[in-house]
Amino acid sequence: MNEDIYGKLTEILRDVFDDDSIVATPQLTANDVEAWDSVSNVRVFVAIEVEFGIRFSNAEITQLQNVGELVELIERRRVQ
Amino acid sequence: MTTEIASLPWLPRPPADFRQRCKELDPRGAASELRRLSSFFLDERHSHLIASALRRVSNSGARLEGLTRVRLAILSNSTTTFAAPAIVAAGLRYGLQIEVVEAEFSQVFQEALYPDSQLYRSKPDMVLLAMDHRGLPISPCPGEKETARQIVTRGLTEIEGLISAIRGNCRATVILQSIPGVVWPTFGNFDSALPGTLNRLISELNILFVERLIPQGILIADIANLAATVGIGEWSDPRSWNLAKIPFATRFLPLYADQVARVIGAAYGKSRKCLVLDLDNTIWGGVVGDDGIDKLVLANGHPTGEAYLEVQRAALALHSRGVVLAVCSKNEESIARAAFREHPEMLLRESHIAAFQANWEDKARNLRTIAERLGLGLEALVLLDDNAAERDLVRHALPEVAVPELPDDPAMFARTLLCAGYFESIAFTEDDRKRNEQYAANALRARLAEDSTDIESYLRSLDMTIEIGSFTQIDRQRIVQLINKTNQFNLTTRRYTEEDVKQLEYDPRVSTFQVRLRDRFGDNGLISVLICRTAGTDWIIDTWLMSCRVLKRRVEHAVLNVVVEEARSRGLKRIVGVYIPTARNGLVKNLFEELRFGLLDRVGLEESWALDVSTFVPFAVPLEVKRQPPPDRAAAL
Repeated sequence: MNEDIYGKLTEILRDVFDDDSIVATPQLTANDVEAWDSVSNVRVFVAIEVEFGIRFSNAEITQLQNVGELVELIERRRVQ
Repeated sequence: MTTEIASLPWLPRPPADFRQRCKELDPRGAASELRRLSSFFLDERHSHLIASALRRVSNSGARLEGLTRVRLAILSNSTTTFAAPAIVAAGLRYGLQIEVVEAEFSQVFQEALYPDSQLYRSKPDMVLLAMDHRGLPISPCPGEKETARQIVTRGLTEIEGLISAIRGNCRATVILQSIPGVVWPTFGNFDSALPGTLNRLISELNILFVERLIPQGILIADIANLAATVGIGEWSDPRSWNLAKIPFATRFLPLYADQVARVIGAAYGKSRKCLVLDLDNTIWGGVVGDDGIDKLVLANGHPTGEAYLEVQRAALALHSRGVVLAVCSKNEESIARAAFREHPEMLLRESHIAAFQANWEDKARNLRTIAERLGLGLEALVLLDDNAAERDLVRHALPEVAVPELPDDPAMFARTLLCAGYFESIAFTEDDRKRNEQYAANALRARLAEDSTDIESYLRSLDMTIEIGSFTQIDRQRIVQLINKTNQFNLTTRRYTEEDVKQLEYDPRVSTFQVRLRDRFGDNGLISVLICRTAGTDWIIDTWLMSCRVLKRRVEHAVLNVVVEEARSRGLKRIVGVYIPTARNGLVKNLFEELRFGLLDRVGLEESWALDVSTFVPFAVPLEVKRQPPPDRAAAL
């Protein structure tokens, strides 16, 4: 379940940044990816919402610290 | 499979290796691979990948054969960063290589009003005016009728001001978006009854856009209607606006982009022209060869039978606006035709079908035959077929043909076809109305040609008359349409907007010719256009094109006779013809030679040919020529 989400996130990040070396890990943050700015951040979340069929509030998006927290949020949202 | 319109259900889903294929895009053959990749449903991720790939290939200097380059400037008071790659991706789907120039965020007026703005420096071919209601001066004034009227007028004046500034500073065609309604019912049900509510103001403004601006040559991207189609509650998304001033829910980006690309595609003549119908389980339920005509599922009052009637109704509606219909089906021809003749509930009749291919050959081959018979390119065809295997086969064999995916339920067939936007149009002319008669007459002529032994007597038997005159305002739309969509008999493939054509009409150094053709089967309408520019004692043929429906009838010879006569009467010495080869105009490669021009010069692939006016001997032509007098310019001004 969890691995499945990381796998999909890896694909999303690779698509958004057009970079095959990116791997979604719990510790990964936007600072670790050079091209991850506010515009691409929107694009990451657009892709996540489409991929998982869920929606986030803006507050939820801005509070996230790393990919680990993001995965937890996705899991919670999918259960709901 | 999903039928939700936001996911463009008529497009196949993208392959898993999409990113890889974009990455490995080879500049050689890039155009066809890009078109293939764009034929899938592309979400924001895919759009970004393909737009990057296109930029890479285009920066490498590769020529993208068959794609029309369009520089599109977007002026908006909302964020367009996310829409831009989606528009580029959708553009490829319509044969367009779009380069988007985004104006500075919220600098609409500065960009439009300063002649040296980034907008004008980029020399756009098209400007998309994508205004959000949140950036227009339309604040609600519920119940104040007079104020409401003033607000709407002011809104229109502001947009008109922008448009005239754009037109004053560049030659781009302007596309204006209509404005979606909002979810803002402060009075509830009473909102629509009350003048001055936000939704009333918006819808009145949209009506004015259409009434006032379309006659001025502005194109409308009807985003208000798109939003209504998917549901305004779904379309509008305060989160996206609050986060990044994105004007609608991001999952609609692909749909929005496709809609914009369609309008641009239609303006560049990329809309498709012919709907090819499969029969069994596509326009009726059941297999006519196995089940028999009386067992077909096709009837009012029958839940599935009505679904197939709806498909036929959609085909007929397209037919009546000028889309050509054809049949391509694995069937015994006599049985298939009998169903058209004998089934009492059939709405489609044989007379609606311009080419009828029912046999056991493979569909790709039959589609080629249909295209040839109708004198259309494969990229003009759309195949509607319920059979997934056939669809797949045709997509691989003939990637130029559009083949919509269809859901299992026939109730969704008609809607899916119509929503796919293959036959987008920006005008509706008298010729569109008559087009199907013309194609039917073509089929008759083809039969007559088979009977006639020599071509000369056949042509004489057609009783053809051409009428040649200068461009007129009343024919302008049709002229623009021909200029922008004729690919085969087109010497220079120069495209001109309505505004350009209007200027040509008044330019004293330019002479224009438009040609109509009638024969004993009917009126072919306006079929040829020629534009000459005076340079000293030369007449340079800037544009010469002719509709493919009337090829091989010696019309071009008759036209040249008139042009030379006209040149002589004006004291000109030479006619200079230019041939600019494209992937599509090989048909006229030898035209000037056939018309006894001599080769003047060859620069790269471009050739110029010259004809001496004084020694020209008119061609004998098997048709009557009626010359309408050239307009008296002094009187016109």
